[in-house]
Amino acid sequence: MKVKISSDYAVQMRAITKNFGEFCALNEVSIDVKKGTIHALLGENGAGKTTLMNILYGLYQADSGEIYLNGKKVEIKNPNVAIENKIGMVHQHFMLVNNFTVAQNIILGREVTKDFGVLDMKKARTEIDEIIKKYGLKVDQKAKIENISVGMQQRVEILKALYRGADLLIFDEPTAVLTPQEIEDLINIMHKLIEDGKTIIIITHKLKEIKASSEVCSIIRRGKYVDTVNVSEVDESELADKMVGRSVNLVVDKTPAKPGEVVFEIDNITVQNEIHANIDSIKNLSLKVRKGEIVGIAGVDGNGQKELIEAITSLVKVKEGTIKINGKEIQNTKPKNVIKNKVSTIHEDRQKRGLVLDFSVAQNAILEKYNEAPYSRFGILNYDEINKFAKNIIKEYDVRPEKCHRKKIRALSGGNQQKIIIGREIKNEPELLIAVQPTRGLDVGAIEYVHRTLVEQRDKGKAVLLVSLELDEIMSLSDRIAVIYNGTIVGEYDRKEVNENTIGLLMAGGSKKNADNSKNS
Amino acid sequence: MQTTVKILKRPFTSTVIAILCGLLVAGIILSISGYDPFAAFSALIKGIFSRPKYIFKVIEKSTPIILTGISVAFAFKTGLFNIGAEGQYIMGSIAATVVGIKLNLPPVIQVPVVILSGILAGAIFGAIVGFLKAKFGIHEVITSIMFNWIAFYFCNFIVTSSEFHKPSSARTVSINESGFTMLLYKWKNTKEGINCLKQNKWLSDIVLKTDLNYGIIIAVIMAIVISFLLHRTTLGYTVRAVGLNSHAAEFAGIGVKRNIVAAMTISGAICGLAAALTITGTSPHAIYQLTMFENIGFNGLFVALIARTSPIGCIFSGLFYGGLSYGGNSLQLDLGIPSEIIGTTIGIILFFVALTGVVPMLADRLAKRGNKNAK
Repeated sequence: MKVKISSDYAVQMRAITKNFGEFCALNEVSIDVKKGTIHALLGENGAGKTTLMNILYGLYQADSGEIYLNGKKVEIKNPNVAIENKIGMVHQHFMLVNNFTVAQNIILGREVTKDFGVLDMKKARTEIDEIIKKYGLKVDQKAKIENISVGMQQRVEILKALYRGADLLIFDEPTAVLTPQEIEDLINIMHKLIEDGKTIIIITHKLKEIKASSEVCSIIRRGKYVDTVNVSEVDESELADKMVGRSVNLVVDKTPAKPGEVVFEIDNITVQNEIHANIDSIKNLSLKVRKGEIVGIAGVDGNGQKELIEAITSLVKVKEGTIKINGKEIQNTKPKNVIKNKVSTIHEDRQKRGLVLDFSVAQNAILEKYNEAPYSRFGILNYDEINKFAKNIIKEYDVRPEKCHRKKIRALSGGNQQKIIIGREIKNEPELLIAVQPTRGLDVGAIEYVHRTLVEQRDKGKAVLLVSLELDEIMSLSDRIAVIYNGTIVGEYDRKEVNENTIGLLMAGGSKKNADNSKNS
Repeated sequence: MQTTVKILKRPFTSTVIAILCGLLVAGIILSISGYDPFAAFSALIKGIFSRPKYIFKVIEKSTPIILTGISVAFAFKTGLFNIGAEGQYIMGSIAATVVGIKLNLPPVIQVPVVILSGILAGAIFGAIVGFLKAKFGIHEVITSIMFNWIAFYFCNFIVTSSEFHKPSSARTVSINESGFTMLLYKWKNTKEGINCLKQNKWLSDIVLKTDLNYGIIIAVIMAIVISFLLHRTTLGYTVRAVGLNSHAAEFAGIGVKRNIVAAMTISGAICGLAAALTITGTSPHAIYQLTMFENIGFNGLFVALIARTSPIGCIFSGLFYGGLSYGGNSLQLDLGIPSEIIGTTIGIILFFVALTGVVPMLADRLAKRGNKNAK
């Protein structure tokens, strides 16, 4: 599909090529974004979609290729040029000053001043108010960033772009951190922006949101342009196939659970907040996991998930209550003891908590059993055995590249790093497998693999505890769902008896009664 | 082209380039100040290599800084910045001196006892710093700088105490001879020995005129031991895991606090060893009243950095450093060039070592240009 350069298009990028060293991030990619539309950019992690947008925003320079804005050729050397050309970008990781107020953040770099450079906050606030009203971007201008929710922070980012007069807005993975209700709000805001004549490019790998928001979708795979489609003419699985380059199974294949006895039991635990001694991060929380079932913990980030996992793994102290595995109390011991008692954890943030990035793959594989025979004897490591073990994991879990056990694990992709961790944890033969955000940042192919592995473990009779911020993941994997809000479990359901709405409302702090009613309506 | 790029990417190459650049800049500084850089460098080389005595003097001078270098390098590998090497070294030398004076056992026992007391003192001093970091989260740089001063004044306290002070001098009395570790010490001081050695010009130069001692052998063994410890033992595995990513280590059930203390203890012990070997191996076998730091621990920082924190590399960078500072004396004697130029040169070399991250990058660019030309 060759489109002529014309002023009907807000952006036309032609044959953009970008190399990072020997790695070709983008290979002659072209896209055409019509004015006044929401255009989705779909691709797996590392496909090059963010790189392409960073080039448009002037953060990177393309090695070759041309950019046309409204039919005119431009050279975007840095973000300032982009802003002059009315381009705004809402990054995946927000670029906000935490202890500034909303208004201060919005005007940062474009301050309104009176004589002698004195800030005119009043004038700034009225200007911002106008934008807020126009698009329904409700935020409290005087609140400090650190005190408002992630969804609100994102609005501040949008306001920032609009305040700078952006006509073209780029959203990089905007829904990654939002609750289902917040996602809905965001899509509404996007539609309002379009009505006002703005153009939006949204980078995502979530198919559902593309269907809900966008009109046109361009797909990039491994740095190459694949196709541009009208969203209304394709369904989700077609999009997924195009993105991955092979047919993928979007629905998790699983038989009904056959739960056995209770293996793992949390009884009424309370955990004190690490910083504020008078606040409890976990309050009277109880939970049971049986053999052969996946229990999903749904919740918005920061409602005690982190503390719950740290309490189970003995990284923080439990003030009251007990945690038992196979009837044995493991609270307030040591992480090592918890692992020994057959509780294995796939931690959130694998690079920080799961791996030593500057260790080799093999060294990472034995992180929890370096001092066990045959991997070491009398304090001397046995690299023959260690490498053998690592090679086993690499083979069994299909880690690429194949001969990587001596390589630094840093060199592997996120999905392959995760496979090493999963392999390592499952090789511990756990009674309880805890998976915290196990698919964060992974692409569709890897997600499919992780999900299948978790279900496999369940079918082998293991208890699985899944903690995820992705409601879809919870819904599709869990046999039972517990919702965590403000440090306690506010609702527990059999998967079959509950829908996404109910869970979503509970996650946002709605009462159980209302949530249960909404199911019927 | 490909092989050139490959060679350029080796850390060793970068280090050599850094050293050459450092010498080049030093040469420029010399010629600006009106000295002939070529004469200076040839004097320097003569001052190191022209007599076997010089070579062995360099080895003797290098031994302690090789060891403090290994100590600092080890700490770096475990994520700690042991700027307290100086203090640990001083404590080690105090302990070795005190024990060496107070005890007089047969050499087979005396030597190990004196050396172990030095190791122990350094280890304890390092362990305290590690403990403060593990228990209270106080950064090791802050505590160890203060501990350096504690060691400094403690040293002066010992030297001036009537128990150990050597009258009308600024040092303690020497340790008992049974604790000496010089090569053939007893024999080379007998008439027979002197006559025997005098027959060979080389041997007499080396053995008679220097404090040739076993220290360098111990230093080389230590480099190998520490390398092995870091890469082949569970202890090395855990201290490195904690150093590289304490979160992952903690989550995997590795005791973070215990490993920080262990790492600092080992690091301190190596400094203590360096000190004890100096006391037992070189005259005057005593500690001096300090007016400023001797810099043996601090020089270990340079040695470790030039070696890129490789314990084996410390042997070579330590010798290099020792050679420069020993040979630097002849600059002053022969040409009247202030020996500070050596300090400057070392500073510049370090600067380039820090910069050599650039070399692999330049190599990449070279490769790219090569590809373009090929096209």
